[in-house]
Amino acid sequence: MNPPRTLFLLLVALLVLCFGLAAGLLPRFRALEKGRHQSGNFFILLLGDSSRIFANSAFDEADAYYHSGYYPTIYDNKAAFETPHIAEDTGAVASHNQGEETAFMGPPRDWIDAFGRNFIPNRHTHLDEGGASGDLSGSHEVEEILPWLKLSAELDPDNVRTYVVTAFWLTHLNQIPLAELVLRQGMQNIPDNPQLLFELGRIYFENYHDSTRARNIWEAALRDWEKQTGDAPLSEKLKLDNAHYDSRFIYEQLQANLALLEEDAGNYDAAIARWNLDKLASPNPDNVQKHIDDLKQKQTAH
Amino acid sequence: MNNVFAVSGIVIKELYRRKDFYVLFILTIVICLVMASVNIYNDNQIIRYLKELCLLLIWVSSLVIAITTTARQIPAEREQRTLLPLLAKPLSRTQLIFGKFLGCWLACGLMLICFYVFFGALAASREHAWPLLNYFQAAFLHWMTLGVVIAFTLLGSLVFAAPSSNSTICFVIVAAILCVGRYLDVVALSRPEPVRSIIWAVYYAIPHLEIPFEMRNLIVHDWPLVDWKFIALDALYLLAYTAAFLVAACLVFRRKAVN
Repeated sequence: MNPPRTLFLLLVALLVLCFGLAAGLLPRFRALEKGRHQSGNFFILLLGDSSRIFANSAFDEADAYYHSGYYPTIYDNKAAFETPHIAEDTGAVASHNQGEETAFMGPPRDWIDAFGRNFIPNRHTHLDEGGASGDLSGSHEVEEILPWLKLSAELDPDNVRTYVVTAFWLTHLNQIPLAELVLRQGMQNIPDNPQLLFELGRIYFENYHDSTRARNIWEAALRDWEKQTGDAPLSEKLKLDNAHYDSRFIYEQLQANLALLEEDAGNYDAAIARWNLDKLASPNPDNVQKHIDDLKQKQTAH
Repeated sequence: MNNVFAVSGIVIKELYRRKDFYVLFILTIVICLVMASVNIYNDNQIIRYLKELCLLLIWVSSLVIAITTTARQIPAEREQRTLLPLLAKPLSRTQLIFGKFLGCWLACGLMLICFYVFFGALAASREHAWPLLNYFQAAFLHWMTLGVVIAFTLLGSLVFAAPSSNSTICFVIVAAILCVGRYLDVVALSRPEPVRSIIWAVYYAIPHLEIPFEMRNLIVHDWPLVDWKFIALDALYLLAYTAAFLVAACLVFRRKAVN
């Protein structure tokens, strides 16, 4: 056998092998590309899926800070804190809370419990309303919840609620560009999410006073909502049950805000159409109908 | 009384010669400074998470120092064969126990001063305020709590064979009290008899160390001062447990062979 020829054939075989390997591995690497941002996250690398549990704990800790430490433990009645108040107060998250939030401790169980309550936060307060001191000039202290929200977002980058709540409180602290940045970061991790788009639209409408851009974003959010909820009829998607609770809520918010935009622009027909859709998802359809009637009257008066 | 102070003086000297305190103090400072350097949405005024972390580290460090220092006092004297010559001097066993306790307690008090001064400086660097009375209340009850822990560990060092087993048992018991002590009565309600009665008995028997421990929340979230009447009552409550454990330790030591 001629050695140079053997070497040449060997080289060709190696090249073919390399090409085959590259062709076979490239699609797999591309498939892994999607999860690459997560594998770069230190916490996810360290904790795996359990990082979500820690993310929820961090979020609850932010809510505990919002209440200056007055917060139920696993042994207390949590019915009034099912939805963290930092999320509930944003108006972008549906509330599941029931009962009296000031009385989760109940009456003292015995003298040790009664005595111990003098050494723990024992009054319901919110940081944006002055916190424990009750001094309204200290409402900026709500910034104290931010480290926990940031940690929660790091631990679970796929949780929409964290971005929405962080953006809301940054807006409250007049950090509008940062709020927008947080939402855009959320959109990178969770593309086409109607809730994030709704919040972004709200920033454009309320803070940048850019109605046109807000309308475009909200309409995009509605399109994403329809894509996510599938081909089922609207009545089915907006069914009154717990499974559709959050979906109904965001749909109602989007329609209501778009309707208000149409009203401001003087497009009463479009506004009435939006309000009619909003009525399907609203928890108070009678109030919406009353508003529609008022609009119709206004329209005829014009 | 002079004998008690003499023994306690030796214990204090021993603590500042050892490296435990310096290591834990520097570790607390380093962790807090690293956490303080984290950029949180460009806001330099955020402090409460740091205060919470710092106070937690102070509690952990103080418990580690208090338990490990106390646990080795009497066994070390026995191992080094210095216990018999010590008791041959005009020093009673009760005085030795009280001297050891006082030394550990005062040493922990000195350590707490260092920790709380650092905590105050850290908080003031961002809050620009010195709620000194609040810090004093927290540090004072912290010190009282350490008194109970030290007395309990001293009793343990006379009951258990080795300092390591004593330290471990003390750590487990103290950690359990701090974590679930407040809710033992709630846990008892969901249990059948006779477990319920046993848990109730434990709930009323244990020293509720979690009361000063949970006071951290008041400091972290800038709550107003606790009524001094309650501080005094809690101090008395903790002193009663300290005295009970010390008396028990004296009784055990009186009957114990020292050779």
